[in-house]
Amino acid sequence: MADLLIGSDQANDTERVAVDGIVEGYGPARVEEHARMVRGGGQRRHERRHLLLPALHALQHSEGWISPGGLNYACEQLQVPPAEAYGVATFYEMFRTDDPGHVDDVVHVCVDGPCQVAGAAQTIEALKAEGKHVHASPCLGQCERPVAQFIQGRRRPDNVEADAFVDPAESVPQKGDPGLRLLRRAGRIDPTSLESYIGAGGYKALAKAFERGASDVVEQVVTSGLMGRGGAAFPTGIKWRGVAAEPGGQADPSQPKYVVVNADESEPGTFKDRVLIETDPFAVIEATTIAGFATGATKGWIYIRGEYPLATERLENAIAEAHKAGFLGDGIARSSFNFEIEVRRGAGAYICGEETALFNSIEGFRGEPRQKPPFPTTNGLFDRPTAINNPETLVNVLDIVLDGGDEFAKIGTETSSGSKLFCLSGAVNKPGVYEVDFGATLGDMLELAGGVVGDLSAVLLGGAAGSFVTADQLDLPLTFEGVRAAEVSLGSGVVMVFNTDADLNAAVVRLAEFFRNESCGQCVPCRVGTQRQHEIAVDLFTPSGNAARVANPAQTFDDLDRVMKDASICGLGHTASTALRSALDLGLLSIGDNEQGGRE
Amino acid sequence: MSANGHETPVSLTIDGQRVTVASGSSVLDACTEAGVATPTLCYSENLTPVNACRVCVVEMEGSRTLVPSCSRQAEPDMVIETDSERVRHSRKTVLELLGSGVDLSQADELGQWVTHYEADVERFGAGRATMEEPIRIQDELYIRDYDRCVLCYKCVEACGDDAQHTFAIAVAGRGFDARIRTEFDTALPDSACVYCGNCVAVCPTNALQFKTEFDLREVDNWRPEEQSVTRTVCSYCGVGCNLELHVQDETIVKVTSPADHSVTDGHLCIKGRFGWTYVHGA
Repeated sequence: MADLLIGSDQANDTERVAVDGIVEGYGPARVEEHARMVRGGGQRRHERRHLLLPALHALQHSEGWISPGGLNYACEQLQVPPAEAYGVATFYEMFRTDDPGHVDDVVHVCVDGPCQVAGAAQTIEALKAEGKHVHASPCLGQCERPVAQFIQGRRRPDNVEADAFVDPAESVPQKGDPGLRLLRRAGRIDPTSLESYIGAGGYKALAKAFERGASDVVEQVVTSGLMGRGGAAFPTGIKWRGVAAEPGGQADPSQPKYVVVNADESEPGTFKDRVLIETDPFAVIEATTIAGFATGATKGWIYIRGEYPLATERLENAIAEAHKAGFLGDGIARSSFNFEIEVRRGAGAYICGEETALFNSIEGFRGEPRQKPPFPTTNGLFDRPTAINNPETLVNVLDIVLDGGDEFAKIGTETSSGSKLFCLSGAVNKPGVYEVDFGATLGDMLELAGGVVGDLSAVLLGGAAGSFVTADQLDLPLTFEGVRAAEVSLGSGVVMVFNTDADLNAAVVRLAEFFRNESCGQCVPCRVGTQRQHEIAVDLFTPSGNAARVANPAQTFDDLDRVMKDASICGLGHTASTALRSALDLGLLSIGDNEQGGRE
Repeated sequence: MSANGHETPVSLTIDGQRVTVASGSSVLDACTEAGVATPTLCYSENLTPVNACRVCVVEMEGSRTLVPSCSRQAEPDMVIETDSERVRHSRKTVLELLGSGVDLSQADELGQWVTHYEADVERFGAGRATMEEPIRIQDELYIRDYDRCVLCYKCVEACGDDAQHTFAIAVAGRGFDARIRTEFDTALPDSACVYCGNCVAVCPTNALQFKTEFDLREVDNWRPEEQSVTRTVCSYCGVGCNLELHVQDETIVKVTSPADHSVTDGHLCIKGRFGWTYVHGA
């Protein structure tokens, strides 16, 4: 501790116990011999830095904020400079670094998408009137039941206002449909019981994977044509092949390789991974284990968003149960394969769904994306080769291993193989997660969800980073090739429906505000670009705005769109203007449509 | 790398011109080799590139987006355009975005590029959000005027693992609300700061200034064009750091060290940087 200068503020006993629980719980210190730094210096050799995020969670949970004394104590234990730890703490929505002045729970209320339309503002007012401490939150991933709430507990577990989650049929209206693949167990097994999972065919795929051998598993995934379901649609098999070819891992555990599950599902309108994990957590654990076996990885990490307490609990339970039964740990199922999985909770930051930002977050740094190249397959988590996949993507692998890549490739269309989870929300009769084989059109999906409530105005396809489409595009096939031809994107499978009662101007202004709030702030085009985009959207599209303030709005939006797409570091900046641009291009908004001014 | 351990030089094309640079060089190095001037802000030869500012972006054949020249390694047969319409558009718009939120009036080099690309920093309309930070004067050595801060991360790098390993400051907050901070905005004398002033030396916009410079500017008596710069060796210890004494009216007003100096890489300690008042018998 000699070379860190830590201030004189002292932690109280509660804070000490909270931090000690994290440090002690982790066991002996881990040394990364090859923790070579992206930014130079010896810092990453501090082997406990990756415990910073869990320690901050523990402090927030114990006192309702991260106090100077608490931060100092964590820094001393983890050997992290206080200024850097403060930089990390202030990065996340769920942490606060000022004394809240109360000791109550905090109710996070979603103000995005369907929750905005359903009256989030009134919900917030009503809760405040009840004396609750309320925090307006970006999308909470419970879009099938607006207005979504998440309760951040102080010294008691976090929770959601959750009556609806008792019955999975609320979130999976197709529950029990024999055509389901990814959702076949949803609502039909006890998600907390390994026995129940095995009884429904669980862990047959892992046995089959051992039988096939690692390289055959990779080749089956390549043959299957499986594309990533997180939004980028990168071929999963190619990614795995890259990681499998890197040295280290199972062959030399002193040079680890990793599998990371990106369950930081934060794209507004997306809740499929939450539902998948809540209803079938063992499937995610089994698939992650297979990914580890196939790529030769030594450890799996599941990074799950902080606002998903039930999914987190079920994953942790599944890992513990799998361990007890010998499906995790050393010599899995009497093989020579050793594999562990650790769950890490995010703390409220959309950007941490970007893969390299996610790595930085786990490592205890600010969740700022890294410039690529190098790519995660060679330089990922802790600068080691890493296969990072979305939970839905991984669960597909179970069938691929069991049935073979060729069989899987027959499902769906020629270039979009398999089935896809879609998140239907907003103005449909039965919102929820729906699974269809690739090939269904937008109109099919709306029908599946019980049809539109009222008259269709527009659909936000792909999430906040996606595009609006209108009623004349109901024939659009929701396949990778279909959306590419229409110059839109599937994103994470969001189908957010607005009817003519919804205020699209307000929705678009909120989208602009979302990106402004969620930009990490690292690069200028995104940090300042999202700010200006929001300011100008407020001026043009809200009653209180001053449209005359913007000299040439169309040109300005165009320039912001171009600079963010061309010059931002990561996908957040690249897509921050897409939805707004599409709404403008479709004529869903009229510039200057407010009381103060008109278009020049 | 060839068998004898020497790395093979890399040949690539910059604006139609073939150039060859040493292996491990950046695209920016290759641009310089080709005689092409490139605007930079967060780049410095004595710091690891963080590629955050994006004013140095270039167009690379085969890349969907523009790439930051400072951090992108030169690879054989890359084809780079530094003055295409796309490059000029991004550089211009980045400068407009920066200028719309930050006081660039003392960022001399950047100001030249604003003129070069005809960037209109007023274009987003009046009354837009800016940094809105008070000037922090907490000691007699240097001041922090974050209204001028472009969040280039240079001071953080110099304080941290690129030079000083003190880690007194970091970026806190997120997005447009991100700021350079000590923990809980603790005053510098109570923070881990050791007053090496290496952050001041790398700041490109004068957000960090010697108190001497700040005081002279306050009375409108800062006259850099009349200052002489004398190179000497620091007399405090035996390391041999080179100092550049900036003198105005026969008084030292600030001290720097050459970034390419083999001993210092431009970095100094508190004694070399600030311990010169004895020269004037004060």
